[in-house]
Amino acid sequence: MTTVSWSGEPGTSRGPGPFLSVRDLSVEFSTEDGIVHAVDGLSFDLEKGTTLGIVGESGSGKSVTNLAILGLHDPAHTKIGGEIWLEDQELISASRGSMEKLRGNRVAMIFQDPLTALSPFHTIGRQIGEVYRKHKGASKKEARDRAVEMLRRVGIPQPETRVDHYPHEFSGGMRQRAMIAMALVCDPDLLIADEPTTALDVTVQAQILDLLKELQQQFGTAIILITHDLGVVAGTADNVLVMYAGRAAERGTVREVLREPRHPYTWGLLSSMPRLNSSVDVPLMPVRGTPPSLLNPPSGCPFHPRCDYPKLAGPELCFNQRPSISPETGHGDACYLTLEQKRELRTAKTEDHA
Amino acid sequence: MTSYLVRRVAGALVILMIISAITFYLFYAVPRDPARAFCGKICQPETLTLIRHNLGMDEPLFVQYWHWLVGIFAGRQFVQFGDCPAPCLGYSFATQEPVFSAIVDRFPVTLSLTLGASVVILAFGILTGMIAAWKVGQPLDKIASSSSVIGASLQIYFVGPLLAFYLVDTLQLIPRPSYVPITENPLGWFTHLMLPWVVLSIIFTANYTRMTRSQMVEQLAEDYVRTARAKGMSSRSVFFRFAWRGAMIPILTIFGVDLATLLGGAIITEQTFSLHGIGELAVRAVQNTDLPMLLGVTIVGAAAIVLLNIAVDMLYAFIDPRVRLS
Repeated sequence: MTTVSWSGEPGTSRGPGPFLSVRDLSVEFSTEDGIVHAVDGLSFDLEKGTTLGIVGESGSGKSVTNLAILGLHDPAHTKIGGEIWLEDQELISASRGSMEKLRGNRVAMIFQDPLTALSPFHTIGRQIGEVYRKHKGASKKEARDRAVEMLRRVGIPQPETRVDHYPHEFSGGMRQRAMIAMALVCDPDLLIADEPTTALDVTVQAQILDLLKELQQQFGTAIILITHDLGVVAGTADNVLVMYAGRAAERGTVREVLREPRHPYTWGLLSSMPRLNSSVDVPLMPVRGTPPSLLNPPSGCPFHPRCDYPKLAGPELCFNQRPSISPETGHGDACYLTLEQKRELRTAKTEDHA
Repeated sequence: MTSYLVRRVAGALVILMIISAITFYLFYAVPRDPARAFCGKICQPETLTLIRHNLGMDEPLFVQYWHWLVGIFAGRQFVQFGDCPAPCLGYSFATQEPVFSAIVDRFPVTLSLTLGASVVILAFGILTGMIAAWKVGQPLDKIASSSSVIGASLQIYFVGPLLAFYLVDTLQLIPRPSYVPITENPLGWFTHLMLPWVVLSIIFTANYTRMTRSQMVEQLAEDYVRTARAKGMSSRSVFFRFAWRGAMIPILTIFGVDLATLLGGAIITEQTFSLHGIGELAVRAVQNTDLPMLLGVTIVGAAAIVLLNIAVDMLYAFIDPRVRLS
C-alpha cells in the first residue's frame, strides 16, 4: 500500500487543487471467503460549497468510499490504497491522532438511521456538546450553549428544553435534525451525508434536504450526498457520480447525467424510477439481474453481465477489458460504446418507452 | 418513582405469599410426620395427639397456614412456647428455638458471603471481559476467554477444600474461613471471608467475563459507536464512555436471575467451610423435617432475592434513560 503523493512526502502540502480529491482509491476487505474488492480504482473531486451526489445500488461501494475518507474502517481487516487529499492533507497515510482531530471537526458525517446512530444513553445536548468540547476545547457551559444554538439553527422548536432530552424522546425527523446539528457543530468544511433521508418519511425527507441546502448556502460546506434515490440527487446535488461494483460508471453535472445519461447502467437506473408525468400503465424497467459479487468480480466491464449491448462495442471487448472513465474531466463514463452508438440507443430506448 | 416502588413491593408480597403457600403444602405432601419424630421411639397415641395439638397440627392445613401468616404481622401464642411476638415465624420443631431469631443470628453470615461474592463476580468478571473485548482476537483475549471456560467448569466443593488446603494449611497465607462480625473487626471480617468469596465467585466470574466480552464486542459494532468515532472520539473514550452502558444492561439482567443461584451457591460454600449461615439452617431443617425453620428460611431467602431484583431493576433506569420507572 504505497502512497505516491504529487509533491514529496505524504501529508505535505501540494499545489492548489480541488478541495477534496480522491485518487485511485481502493478498499479491500479480507473475509473468510476471500478478499472483497469493495472499491476499486475510484477517483473523483469535490469543490468547496458544492454538493456531489454519489448514486448506486446497495453494495456499489458508496458508503465504503466515504468511511474511507473518514478513516473509519477497521485497519485489521481492511486494505486501503490510493490517495485522498483534503486540501493539502493526505488522509490515507494520516496518523490516527490527526484523523481523530479531523473527524467531527473538518469532516463530519450524517448517518442513515438517526435512531440507531445516536447514543440512547446520553442527552442530545451532551452528544452535540461533546464534539464541540473535544475539538474546540470549550467548557461544559459553552458546549451546552452551542448545542442550543445548533438545535435552533436546524429548526428544532424550544431548543433550550429539547437540549436535555434523550434521542428516544425525539421524532424521526427531529432526530435527523439533531444529527445534522451534531455534524455541523464545529462548522466542518466537508459534510458526508450517508442516505440521510432514507429512514424518514417523504415530507420529512424534503425538509431535511432543504435544511442541508440552506446550511450549505450559509456556511459554504462541501457535501457528499450518498443516496440510491436519483430524485434526491436531482433536487440537491451539483455533480453526480454513479457507482457500480466499486467503480465509477458515470460522472458529470446533475444536468448532464440526468438529461443525457451515457452509461447503460445509468439508463437502467433512470428507467427504473417512476415519473409523475408518465402514464401509470407504462411499466418500470428495472436493471435486470443482481449486482455482482465483489468477492469474485466479473471479468472485463463489471456491468457486462447485466448490460444489453456488450456485443455492440466489438467482439469480446466488454467481456475481457475493463473500461475506465473517459474523458478525464467533465461529463464522462466508463463504457466502450461510442458516443454515437449511445446516442442512437438512447433515442431508440426513449421512443420505445413513450 | 414512589408509585413504582409501592407497586413493586406489593407485587413482591404477593410472590412471597405464593412461595410460602407452596412450601407449606409441599411439606405436607412428604410422608413424614414431625409430631411422630417428637414423640420418640415408643409413642403412645394420646401423646401423639397431644403433640399434634401443641404444634397446631390438628387443624386443617389452610388454618395452619393462616396462623403462620398472621404470626408474621401480629405475633401469635403457642401452647408449648408461650408468646411469640411479631414478626413470628414460629419455633423450630427440632431445636425449639424461635425461627426468626435463629435466622436473624445467621443472616449476616450469608449476607456477607453473598454480597462479597457479588462484588468479586461483577468487578472481576466485568474487568476481565472488558480487557478481552479491548484486545479482541489478541493473546490477552484468548487467555481470558479460555480461562473463563476452565473457571466455569470448576465446582465449589472441589475448589474450596483444595484452596483451603494450600492457602490455609500449607502456605498459611490466609486465616481459616470463619465469620467475624464486621461491626467487631472489619479487617478480620474481610480476611476470614476472603477464601469463601473467591471460591463462591469462581464459577460465576467466568460467565461474566464471557458475557461482558461478547456484549462489548456487540456494542462496538453498533451504529451509535460508529457515530461516536465519526465525531472524532478516541477509541478509548468510545469504549469506556459509550459502549459499556449498552453492555451492562443484559449483564444486569442476568445478574438478577443469578442471585437465586448465588444464594444456592452460598449454601454449598457455607457447608464447605463450616460457616454458620442460613444455608446451614436450611440443610438442617430439611434433614429434620423442621417445617417452621424450612418455611422461615425459604421466605427470607425469597424475600432477599425479590428485593435485590427490585434494586437491579432500579439500576436499569439509572443506566438506560429509555427505561422509565412509572
